[in-house]
Amino acid sequence: MLTIDQATYDAIVAHAKRDHPDEACGVVAGPEGSDRPERFVEMVNAAGSPTFYEFDSTDLLHLYREMDDRDEEPVVIYHSHTATEAYPSRTDIGLAMEPNAHYVLVSTREHGNNDGPVEFRSYRIIDGEVTEEEVAVVAQLAPRVPEESTP
Amino acid sequence: MAIEVRIPTILRTYTDGAKAVDGSGDTLQALIDDLEGNHPGIKERLVESGDLRRFVNVYINDEDVRFMGGLDAELSDGDQVVVLPAVAGGAR
Repeated sequence: MLTIDQATYDAIVAHAKRDHPDEACGVVAGPEGSDRPERFVEMVNAAGSPTFYEFDSTDLLHLYREMDDRDEEPVVIYHSHTATEAYPSRTDIGLAMEPNAHYVLVSTREHGNNDGPVEFRSYRIIDGEVTEEEVAVVAQLAPRVPEESTP
Repeated sequence: MAIEVRIPTILRTYTDGAKAVDGSGDTLQALIDDLEGNHPGIKERLVESGDLRRFVNVYINDEDVRFMGGLDAELSDGDQVVVLPAVAGGAR
């Protein structure tokens, strides 16, 4: 299950609507191993395309360096589909290289740049196998459990 | 000659979980061949038909090797190499 806070959820949806009809993409980083999507990072779609997305290679390096410095990992990797359902395509599956990430897909096919509901779905994609999971949107993530506790 | 190579999560199965390994070589090609000796299988994940895979990014000292000659890019002692799979996909 993906647990995500309302503000981050809204930011992903807003990005997808803004970039429609091109695909929008980004990550939500969080502490390694925590499964907590805490830090929303909007990325530029270097492909600038309605049917493809790719992080710019320089941006990608900066993003991973930054996450490395902060002991983070990409907890969520999101992108939008602008004319099809929010389900991973064969390309999405073939190129999914983060086994620990929740792959979030948003479809803007119904309302485009305008207000209105979007499909927002989340998947694990591991070794070419797609597993859809429940999305729980909460007001705020629960407080972080302290990493070390005295015995 | 030691070159630090940063390994992405997806390829750490080849490095016993290590985030970084040392390798040697005076070109990227030679470095990858050297890595293959210690971490069998890793080369195939990086190289296809004699070229870097389209959706694998390799950086030498923060510069994308695609602008440095690809597999022919030259390396010197102390260089840092980063391997990152592209984050990409799309509706088709």
